[in-house]
Formats: sequence, structure tokens, C-alpha cells
Amino acid sequence: MQLIQLLIDGIASGCIYGLVALGFVLIYKATETINFAQGDILMLGAFVAYSLIGILGMDYLTGFALTVLIIAVFGFFLDAVVVRQIIGQPAFATVMLTIGLGFIFRGFASIYWGTDIFSFSTPFSGKITEFNGLIISYVNLSIIVGTAILMSALYFFFTFSKIGVAMRASSENQLAAYYMGIPVKFIFSLIWSISAGVAAVAGVLLAPITLVDTSISLIGLKAFAAAVLGGFGSIPGAIVGGIIIGIVEQLCGTYENYLFEGVREISAYLVLILTLIIYPRGLFSDKAEVKKV
Amino acid sequence: MRFIFKTKYSQDINIAKHNGDRFWYSLLILIMAALPLVLDDFYLGEISYICILSIAGIGLMILSGYTGLASLGHAAFLGVGAYTHAFLLTNGIPFYASIPIVIVVSFLVGAAIGIPILRLTGMYLAIATLALGFIAEHVFIKWEHFTGGNRGLPVPQPEFLGMSFYDSVFFYYVCLVFLIAAMFAAINILRSPTGRAFVAIRDSEIAAQSLGVNLGLYKALSFAISGAFTGLAGALLAHYIGYLAPDIFNIFLSLTLLLLIVVGGMGSLHGTVFGAIFVGFLPQLIAICRDYLPSSIGSQPGLEPMLFGLILVFFILYEPLGIYGRWMKIKLFFELFPTYKRQTFKKQKVFTKSDRV
Repeated sequence: MQLIQLLIDGIASGCIYGLVALGFVLIYKATETINFAQGDILMLGAFVAYSLIGILGMDYLTGFALTVLIIAVFGFFLDAVVVRQIIGQPAFATVMLTIGLGFIFRGFASIYWGTDIFSFSTPFSGKITEFNGLIISYVNLSIIVGTAILMSALYFFFTFSKIGVAMRASSENQLAAYYMGIPVKFIFSLIWSISAGVAAVAGVLLAPITLVDTSISLIGLKAFAAAVLGGFGSIPGAIVGGIIIGIVEQLCGTYENYLFEGVREISAYLVLILTLIIYPRGLFSDKAEVKKV
Repeated sequence: MRFIFKTKYSQDINIAKHNGDRFWYSLLILIMAALPLVLDDFYLGEISYICILSIAGIGLMILSGYTGLASLGHAAFLGVGAYTHAFLLTNGIPFYASIPIVIVVSFLVGAAIGIPILRLTGMYLAIATLALGFIAEHVFIKWEHFTGGNRGLPVPQPEFLGMSFYDSVFFYYVCLVFLIAAMFAAINILRSPTGRAFVAIRDSEIAAQSLGVNLGLYKALSFAISGAFTGLAGALLAHYIGYLAPDIFNIFLSLTLLLLIVVGGMGSLHGTVFGAIFVGFLPQLIAICRDYLPSSIGSQPGLEPMLFGLILVFFILYEPLGIYGRWMKIKLFFELFPTYKRQTFKKQKVFTKSDRV
């Protein structure tokens, strides 16, 4: 029973990792760049939600929707104005650029909102439900349900909508998509905006657990483990990878005595390194995208 | 404009290309050697720190600037060097014996890290090194027997050549000598077949492989050499800070090293020194910025990461070759005066290159 309890907690935190990883994957599939600022966008999302819900006193759902919208528009212009300039440069330049952007976001957040730890009330805070002796908090439940809703929405968007199909086409082959009349630049900015929006969802869902401060941007780094484990470039892989990381972290935390001290904090990075060494393709990758030497 | 008339093949790989180089670099070394006569202890300490940063920068430059492999966890090597050095000194090993051991240990650690993550390229390598940096930081905290854990580890300041490391003039000379030696070693590595192989790997892995460069071997070697330089810098850094705590070697230090090589100029050893000077004086620069900004913004702790990020983004977008690149442009302007053409350094249009097959 304790194990199932752990699994539920792990799945909930894993969903957050999965959502952030999903942001990496969307951008990577389309533009072959990795956005190291994903965690910082998540942090911005949490802060904007705090401003709207906590300070302006908006309704939770309205504030949630508005936050996602604001961050998505922000993501669109981030690509259109800044990141697009770097196209064609070596991978290193993109890595450094997005790291630099992450620092700017973090600096901006701590200047604008301050370095205190904030929280805002949600309909889920502090409520729990009991089911067969299992204790499930509403917050965890909201994360799992929210992720499921978002995933199915994205699935339908990518499968049935015209823009979604255009996005998949551009990710598959930019040049061919361009010849078919797809506005590839615009589509890429749109992908950035979806990815930022997903990060904002993760940020708002996470806010009741970790509270809001600048350090939550570090989640972006753990989400790399999720993305790599799922095989960079696979959307279901990102979520499954995230859930595995979440569960591993919970298990390592509980059975720390049998392993070594402090294993919980680095378990995600250990999984990441082991995946890269043993099976760099990842679990869900359809083709071998990692070049071997 | 100076034209060098080459009569021997060996002139291609000369360290000094012409007498002007010889004159100016000798003058620079003389001025550096004479600095303690005019500067007080504070500035000597700052310059020693810049020398240490330069040595670490050389390490990262060989890896990132010359072999094209990104490392986001290079503070780990600084940590390995610093802790090994402090541990050896605590156990009574003299300074002159400890330094070579530190270099060998960091070389081996570099090779040990390099071999498993060899087959990763680009982004994956950046992510893997980032994770390794975190793991290393964690090891520094938890391996208390060796590092003292969160309590920290005092660094003994032994006598060396009858002088004490507390003497800032002496420490300055030690750092300067090590910087010159490291620079000389790096120049020689880079003009040897090994260095040429590194550059070939950076420019095109496929072309390098076709020419018979063993990618795996040379990437591991690059990691190891880079680790050795950075480890040496770590040993000197241990003397500079005097008391080692694990949170010194965090991701921010790794990113500072990256900022150093990006600002200095990727792919040039001059760049490491320029970058080190920039990073060394960055805190003062930020302090000056604070004074000029309105106090509501100037007094915020978030200003530092913000400026850090802005500088990084600015250099990546507008001056990818860094301070050294700017220096080359200014130099060319005066050499070609009045016929300098603006178009010479016009940014070329580039397109997405796909790694996918």
C-alpha cells in the first residue's frame, strides 16, 4: 500500500517533469534546438499566475487561462525576435543563447517580484481524498488530470487541426513544408508559443506544491532527464520519461537508507547519464537520432 | 599591412609569426613581471585571480573553442583540482609534488568522463555535462572524508621556495608563471597534430574521420587535456580562496567559465585572457552599474544574473567572435586604413543545418 502511495506521488511530480520535457521535445522536433530556458519560462508562468490570482484576485480558472495565454504570446515573440536570429549557427551558440535568456528571466523575476516565496490559493489547496486507505491530495490529482487533459488536447490538435498537421510537416522536413506553402517561420514561432504555454501550465499546476520563487526554474534541468529517457523527439516519450523520473525520485527518497545518502537529489541526473551511456536513443525514439562515433 | 614572405614550411607553425610579435609579447611579459613594483596588494590579488581564470579558460577553450564540444559542467574539474590539491597538502605532500599529481588526476578524471560520453554530440553532450556537473557538486558535499562536506576544507598554505602563499607578490608570480607555462603548453598542443585533429573535429566530424582522425580517441583526449588545465587552475584557486566549500563549484561557476570563453572569443587563446579580464572585473562593473541605476533597481540582488544573461545574449547575437574578434577588426581597420571595407566582416546569411539522417 505504501508503494502505491509512493507511485501516485511520483506520477504527480513526474507529470510536471513530463510537461516541461514536452516543451523541449516540441521545440527540438521542429527546430533541432534545445531551449535551456524552459524551466525559467515555467517560473515566469508561476509568477504571472501569482500576480493574476494572488494579487489581482482573479478567479483560479480565469487566471490560469490568462497566464497560459500571456506566456504563450511571450514564447511566440521570444522566437520571432530573438531566437530566430541564431538559426544556422552551431549548436553551442543556441545552448549559450537560451542559457543567457534563462538568466535574464530569472533576474527579471527577482527584480520585479522580489526574492520572497509566494503562494496563492487554489481550489485544490489542502484538500485530500481517501480511497481504500490511499491518501490522495487534490493538488496531485489536479496535476495528473491537468496533464491528461492537456495531452489529449495536444493529441487532437496535432492529428486533426490544419495548423497541427502543418507543424508536424515542418518538423519532418522544413524545405518540403516550405515548398508546400506552409509559412515555416510562423509555424516555428507558434511551436515556441505552444511549448511556452505548456511550461506555463506546468508552472501553475506546480505552484501549490513548491510555492512560487525563482528556484523552481531548476525543474527544467531535471526535465532533461525525462526528455532524454523518453527519446528526445517523442511526445508520449516525454510524458512517460517524466513519470519514470518522478517515480524513481520518490523511490530513491524513501529507500535512501538502502542506497547512499542524498541519492534523491541526483537520481534524475544519474538516470540521465545512464540512459545516455547505455541506450542514448531513449525509450520511444522511432529512429536513431543520436550519432554514434 | 605586413606581408610575411615564407621561405620554409616550418614558418607556418612558428609560435611567433614575425619580429613584431616577439617584441610585443616579450614587452607584455616584462610589464607583467614589473607590475608588483607599481600595484598594491588588492590589485595584485585581482590580477592573480584573472591569471587563474585564464588557465581555466584555456582548458575550456581547448574543449569548446577548438574541439567544438560544449561542457556545462566544467566547474567540476576546478573542484577536482582544488580538492585534490588541498587533500594532498593536508597530508603533507609538498607543493611542487602536489601540482603534478593534481594535473595527472584531473587528466584521468577528464578521460574517465570523456570516454563514456564520447558518442554524444552537440546538445546531448551539453545536457550530459550539465548532469555530471550536478553529480560532481553532490559528490563534493557527500564525500566528507575527502572534501570535508558542507563544513568545508581549509587549504594549507605551505612554504614554497622559502616563500609563503600569504605573500600576495609571491602568489602573483606563481600564478603568472603557471599562466605563461599553460599558455605555452596550449599553443604547442594546438600546433601539433593533436591540436590540428581537434580543430578538424570541430569544423567537420565527417571530414576529420575521412582524413583518418580517430574521433573517439581525440574527443577523449580533448576532454582529458581540458580537464588537466582546469584542474591546475583549481589547485591555484584553492590557494586563492583559502577555504573550500562545495557550493563554490556550482553550475554558476561553470556558466561563468562559458561566459569567459564566449566573451573573450571562441577559438582563440587570446580570447581566454580577454575573457578572464572581463569576468574578473565583472563584479566591479556590476557595482558601477548599481550606482548609476535608480536605487529601486540598483539595489536588487537579481541585477547580477540579469546583466550576466544580457551580456551573454548580446555577445552571442552581435559579436560571436567576442572581444578578440572585435580587436582583430579594429586592428585590420588600422592596417588597411584608408581602404578598409565595412563589408569585410558582414555577417553571412546562414541556413539551418540538419543533423538528422
